[in-house]
Order: sequence, then structure tokens, then C-alpha cells
Amino acid sequence: MTTDHQQLIVGIGAGARELATEDMILNIGPQHPSTHGVLRLRITLDGERIQTAEPIVGYMHRGAEKLFEVRDFRQIIVLANRHDWLSAFANELGVVLAVERMLGMEVPERAVWARTLLAELNRVLNHLMFLGSYPIEMGAITPIFYAFREREEIQRVMEEISGGRMHYMFNRVGGLKEDLPAGWLGRTRHAVSDVRSRMGDIRNLIAGNEIFHARTRGVGVLSREQILQYGVSGPIARAAGVDFDLRRDEPYLAYGELTVPVVTRKEGDCLARFECLLDQVYVSLDLADACLDRLERLPQGPINQRLPKILKVPEGHTYAWTENPLGINGYYLVSRGEKTPWRLKLRSASYNNIQVLAEILPGNLVADMIAILGSMFFVVGDIDK
Amino acid sequence: MDAVALPGSGLAKGLAVTLRTMTRRSITRQYPDVQPDLPPRSRGVIALFEENCTVCMLCARECPDWCIYIDSHKETLPAEGTARARAHNVLDRFAIDFSLCMYCGICIEVCPFDALFWSPEFEYAEYDINELTHEKDRLREWMWTVPPPPADDPAAELPKEAR
Amino acid sequence: MKCTTEGIAGFGCDPWWLIGGKALVIFVFLVLTVLLSMWVERRVIGRMQLRIGPNRCGPFGLLQGLADGVKLALKEDIVPAGVDKVVFWLAPVVSAVPAFISFIIIPFGPTVSIFGHQTQLQGTDLPVAVLLVLAMSSMGIYGIVLAGWSSMSPYSLLGGLRSSAQMISYEIAMSLSFVAVFMFAGSMSTSQIVAGQQHIWYGVLLLPSFLIYIITMMGESNRIPFDLPEGEGELVGGFHTEYSSLKFAMFFLAEYINLATLSALATTLFLGGWHAPPPITTIWAGANSGWWPVLWFLIKIWAFIFFFIWLRGSLPRVRYDQLMKLGWKVLMPISLGWILLVATIRTASREGLNQTQLLIYGGITIAVVLVGSFAWDLVATSGRQVDPYAEPERATAAEPAQGGFPVPPLDLPHYHGVLPETAARKEVSSGTH
Repeated sequence: MTTDHQQLIVGIGAGARELATEDMILNIGPQHPSTHGVLRLRITLDGERIQTAEPIVGYMHRGAEKLFEVRDFRQIIVLANRHDWLSAFANELGVVLAVERMLGMEVPERAVWARTLLAELNRVLNHLMFLGSYPIEMGAITPIFYAFREREEIQRVMEEISGGRMHYMFNRVGGLKEDLPAGWLGRTRHAVSDVRSRMGDIRNLIAGNEIFHARTRGVGVLSREQILQYGVSGPIARAAGVDFDLRRDEPYLAYGELTVPVVTRKEGDCLARFECLLDQVYVSLDLADACLDRLERLPQGPINQRLPKILKVPEGHTYAWTENPLGINGYYLVSRGEKTPWRLKLRSASYNNIQVLAEILPGNLVADMIAILGSMFFVVGDIDK
Repeated sequence: MDAVALPGSGLAKGLAVTLRTMTRRSITRQYPDVQPDLPPRSRGVIALFEENCTVCMLCARECPDWCIYIDSHKETLPAEGTARARAHNVLDRFAIDFSLCMYCGICIEVCPFDALFWSPEFEYAEYDINELTHEKDRLREWMWTVPPPPADDPAAELPKEAR
Repeated sequence: MKCTTEGIAGFGCDPWWLIGGKALVIFVFLVLTVLLSMWVERRVIGRMQLRIGPNRCGPFGLLQGLADGVKLALKEDIVPAGVDKVVFWLAPVVSAVPAFISFIIIPFGPTVSIFGHQTQLQGTDLPVAVLLVLAMSSMGIYGIVLAGWSSMSPYSLLGGLRSSAQMISYEIAMSLSFVAVFMFAGSMSTSQIVAGQQHIWYGVLLLPSFLIYIITMMGESNRIPFDLPEGEGELVGGFHTEYSSLKFAMFFLAEYINLATLSALATTLFLGGWHAPPPITTIWAGANSGWWPVLWFLIKIWAFIFFFIWLRGSLPRVRYDQLMKLGWKVLMPISLGWILLVATIRTASREGLNQTQLLIYGGITIAVVLVGSFAWDLVATSGRQVDPYAEPERATAAEPAQGGFPVPPLDLPHYHGVLPETAARKEVSSGTH
């Protein structure tokens, strides 16, 4: 922030002083329809071309990490599923995986498979949200309703098992909160196949659209280097050919027993990111089906571990990371043997993904900025924590 | 994507999708006229079965954002015959501030005497945020809306009472 | 002045109450069309989006538009500090008034008898009626530009600038698409043009003109896929970001009236105006007389409005430079070439070439032009991806402190992922999972 741009009053007399043009500083956000909340971008414009862009984050900082330090592990789950409100289940998962690892706890097999299933359904929910909201930023207002119809299908089964529609609060250390309701597996299978059968609508409506291609192809290209430098992860990184997916490369839960096809693209542009997301939905639906198959065959057994009244995690530290829908989510858990963590550092995917904006925005038009911003698939709560 | 597709075929496909959708029934459920069918586990509101509450304060202590307010006093039952007089807690106030509540359900989970329950009831919006603090009378009324828990999956472990 | 009931000369000879009545009817028609098209738009898009759309105000929600209007009127009229008040006030008026005016030259039907007076169902007609429409839509742009300029908001300014550039370039392509019609009709008067389409619609005869008009009319109407001046996702609301209450309603009104005007103009110029669609005329001779033509006219207008709505429900928005490229590099050259071709054919037929030869030569030329332009466009887009708006070379590596933010040089060994894969992952301890 050492550069001092002259703030220019636009309107009457702009540029009248002399013929020389001046750059215009435009604050995109904190209240702007395409920032999904309160992300702020300070953009210097020359005409409609972006000269510099600086993401200014922190408007939604809620001190999640500090709050973790004064909460026991069940209460942490409440907070952890809220920073990225679109992938609540995956966030809970990171915390409980870290705690279980520290405790050396073995999770019942049914719980592992149910978790995997729910994590994949959560991934579908998250991706559908962005598959709907990205076109809306490009002016196509209809796909979001199709996406929400599919979301509703899956949310219905998620609500049936967990009671929640967004913040599931269904993970517990050692398993899940409750067992699956009778008949739930069948209904979930039905929902999964329904969603799969109707995904074609979204694909036909927007993914093949020439205007959409013109807006996104070759726009906002991320290079492999930039991705490695900034720690970009998830579908955004895979869209640029960074073939890295924790589900396959360092399997947690039951992913080791599943074959996880990793969706990648070469181009690294907005279109590739969108297509990655779209294809990942299909992959996740297939994985969900595989989990359902397995859950139906598993023998009778518990879904969680009996926990002591006061759960204390032995002294030590560990780092658990999961492949969240938006990218890599990491929890660095340091415990001093208390019932609260001494420190729980949260590495959220959106935070890293959004930093790269300063790199790829300059040189683009304002309209491209929207296309790029939308294709970075972030949740502001996940950035600001 | 099809590389040799006719120019404009993508647009036409999209237009066909919307046109086809237009002829279908809409999926809207007109809420005040049609009630949503919520599953029994749905976390709508917390109901209090006052008779079961022993004022152990576990829920208030475990609540991550301390939105449960409990007041009580001790009463001593008159001794019957030779028995010692027995003191017990009487609940004066039990209120949940639903403007703070995060709907995590920890209070319900920790309650050792089954006094708190989830109800799928959700129609308790207010115009003033202060009116979202509901006292025990209202919480008791919600008990009537608590559905029986759903049956578990056949593969679930039997509850420990049945083992 | 000698008054007749036929031709342009017939206009202006009606009694004063008839002229006033016509103006009133057109005004009421427009306002009703706006209310109705808003309702239709919301219902149709609702259905396309699996919803129902407004259904609470009045039967089927028909009064929703009225309710919205009342709501807008009752809202606080916010005038931001520092705006140029006069212009800020004037802009919505400048936007709305011309929108009303252009409809006066649209023919609703043939000559009918109203209380014993033989009169044409048209507000008035001029020898240059279509030019009036073009002039009025250009006036409407002033409203948008001035609104963007006077609002003192960067979003509004960008919206206003975009709209001026967009409307001007599309206006040119649009007027070029009219030229072929003028050549065939031999007149710019709308009633003459409609009369010229008694046997075959110009939309069929001059298909390329018609297609170009459809594209330019989408550009003129500021609607998706060309709604860049508003560009909700990017410019918040574009030129009307700072407007509220009735002033906003005026812009809203203008947009929907323009929708109706453009549809009516398309009907008049290309779809035979009030003439009944072909199959009807063959089985029913009386379809083109009396008051029936008003029905055909309305059907055609609503077909166009539905088309607009359908597009809005399905398509994303194009980018500003793509829009400009389409306007100047595709629509204009094709228009010009087409006019040239039409003129050649007209002259040739007057010189005595017969129909078959004409069709053959014409077909060959059209094919060559179209194939050529497509090929050129394909080559131009696929051969070199560089467009004038391509990103300039970025100086990331050379300048570590880019943007003034202290960052370590990017070529430090830590970066670029040059470390072996194992080293990059060694900190991770594999847990129990």
C-alpha cells in the first residue's frame, strides 16, 4: 500500500483539467452483487481495463481460530462448520479427523463410509451452488434455479439424516452423531440418481453456450507456477493441470478403497474451472453411489464411539487436511492435554485461492473481472474465518 | 465439447432447455398454503419438557454461545415421618435466546434427563429481535410438536437398552 | 387541404377528437403493454426457472405490475449528494418521453370506420416515419448517458459510457438493416411499407436484414444478452444505480416501452404489419379487413416480446468488446454487403433479367458472401487469439514489489515448485486414516 493513487472524483469535470487521462479507483465491494458477501477488491482502472487489483479481506473476520481455543471439541465442530458455509460437513470432518488422530481412535467402519458418503453429497451441494451462481454473474439467470432444484434433492436427504440443511453438525469425535434413519439409503440413492439424470439440463443450458464460452475461454488463465506459488488448490488448481487431489493422493476416510477419478483440465481459464466443477459433480455422484453400495453391504455395527464425559486430547500436535469442495482445508491442532485445543490453526482453501486475484486480474476488463472472480469459487466466510 | 458443432447450436440447446422447462410443472410449493414436510430430525426449534428438568445447568454450560438462561431456587420438601427433609431444585426460568442460538443441538445432546428435544417447528419469527427469547411456557408448548424419532437403519447397532 | 383516406396524405385530416383519441389510445395501449409484458415476463421466466412467478396480486398476479408501480412511487426519492440535479432529473424524462413518441407511427390496422369517419388505425404517418423511430431511440440514449454522467458514481458512469457506445454502434447496423426494406417498399412511411408486404413479408424476402435487425434490436433494447449498460453482476445497476422511486420507474417504463416499440417495428417492417399470417388469408378472405388486423398485429408483437423474454431467460451476457466486435465487424459489413446485393438485384430485374437467373446469381452471391465472412471470422478468431483487448505483458518476474506490496522475489528457490515432489509433502504425517 505504498503506492498513492490519486482518488479521482468522476463525473462533472472529470478529465477536464487537462487532456491527460487519470486512473480511476473502483472499489468492488464490500457490497457488490458479485462478491458473494463482503469481499472487497480495490481496483485501479484505466478506462475499463484493470491496472492493479488488491483483494482486501477481513470484513467478515469472526476470530474463528481464537474461539476454537476456548471451546471443547464438540463446540469446535459447531464453529468449524460455519466458516465455509457451503461445505459444512467437510469442515467438521477436518476437525474430527485431527482429534481422532491425536487420540489414536479407531472409527467404526460404518461411520467411515457414512462420512465419505456425506462428504461427497456435501461436495455436490457446494459445486451445484457455484454452477448456479457463476452463470448468474455472467447474466444467465436461469441455471441457478436448476442447480437449486438439485440442491434441494440432496439437502432433503442431508436434513433427514442430520436435521440441518447447511450446518449439519453431524460429525462427532469417533463417528457420527446418530445412526442412519431406516430407508435413508434408498432415498439417498434415489436422490443421487435424480440429480445425475437432470445434470444434463445445466450442462445444455450453460456449459455449451457460445456466449458463455466467449466470456470464459482464455480469460483469467492461471499458470501452474502461480498455483504453486500461491497455494491454490481444489478444482481451480486442477483446472490448470495441477493434478492433485487428497482423496486420491493421500486418502482419508474410505477414499483409499475407492477409485477417485481426478478431474483435470489443461487450460486453467474460467471455462476450464467451470467444466472441472461440472465434471466433479458427476464424479462425486458416482462416489456417493459407491459409498451407498458399500453401506448397504456392511454388517451391523456402531456408528460412533462411546466418549468419556470430558474429552481430553493428549499433548502433541498434528495436521489433518482434507480435500474440501473448494480446495485443501487444513487443521493444525496443538494440544496441551486440555479439553480445549491450545491452538487450532485453520488453513482454508478460499483464503489462498483469492490471493492469486492480485496476480491474474491486472490487464483484464471489468467484465472479465466478474468472470474471473466468479470462477475462483470462494466463500467469503472461508477467506475471513 | 463438440468441436465441429454448428455455430449457435449451444445457444439453441440452451433455449430448448428453457422452453422445455416452461411446459413442465413448476416445483414451487406455495409455503403458507402448503406446509413443508420436514423430517423428524429437522432442527427447527428446541422444546423443553419442563417436568424432566432438574436444573442441572449442563445445557447452559455446554452451549457454545450461552444462549440458555436458567434461574432456579431450592425448595425443601417437608419430611414425611422420620425421613430427612429432601431439597430439590425448582425451575423459575428457562429461556432460550433464539437470536443467539446456533442450532447445534449440544444442549439436547448433553441433557441427562431428556428434558430438551428438537422440534421441526419453525414458524416463530418475530419483528423484534428481543422477542426471540422464548421462555419456558413457550418452550413447553413446542413439546407437542416434537415427532417420535425415526427408526434406525437395520444395520445400526441396537440401543443399549435392547442389547 | 384535400383529404383522402388512402396513403400518407390521409393522415392529419381526421377530426380533432379522433386525433386526440388515437394519441390517448396509443398511450394507454403502451402503458397496458408495459404492465402486461412485465407480468408476462415474470411469469414466463418463472416457468422457465421451475417457479410460478407472481401470483398473489389480483387474478394470476396480473396486478403485480401495478403494485410494483405504486410501491416505486411511494418509495423515498434519493438524490445523492453532489449530483447535477437538473440533469439528474432530466435524464429519466429524456429516456421515457421519446419511447412513447416512436409508437405514434406504428400501424395497428388498415382503414376502419370510427363513428362514421374512415380513418387508418395509426397515430400518424410521415414520409420518413422509420427515421423518426431511429431518431427517437437515439434521443432515448441521451437519457441513459446523462443519467450515468450526472449520478457521480463510477458504476453509473461506466454504464452510461457503455450504453452510448453500444447504442450508437447498434443503431447504425439497425438502420442499415432497414435500407433493404426501404428499397423494396420504395418508401420510409410505415403504412406504405406494410402495404408493400401484402403478398410476401419482407422478413422472408430479406431474411438477412431480418436476422440483423433481430440482433440489433436486442442490442438496442439493453436486455440480456446485451444488457451491458445495466450489467447487474458487474456494474451493480449501471446507469440507474443511483436512481430510486419514480425516476427509476421512468427508466423501467422506457425499457419496456422500447421493448414494445422494437417488437412493433419488427412486425411492421418484416412480418407484414397487420396482415394476417399466410395460411389464414388463403382460407379466410376477410382476415385483412375491418378490425381483425389489430389481432394479427398484437399476436405478432407478443410473439416478439415472448422471444425477448425467452432469450433473457436462457442466455448469459456478452462482454463489452465482444459486443462491439459483433456490431462493427460482423453486422455492419454483412449489412452493407446485403444492401449492395439487394440493390444489384433490384437494378438487374429492372433491366430485364428474368426471375430464375436472378435467383441463381443471387443465391451464388449470397452463398459466397456468407461463406466468405464465416471463413474469415473463423480464421480471424482461431488463427490468432490476439485481440486488441489482449492482456498486456505483465512484469511479474521483473518487479518483485508489484503493486507496492512487499513480496519476496518470485524466483526464490522456494517458489516455482522446483523442489522434488517428496520434499514438498514431507511435513505431512500420515495418520490413522
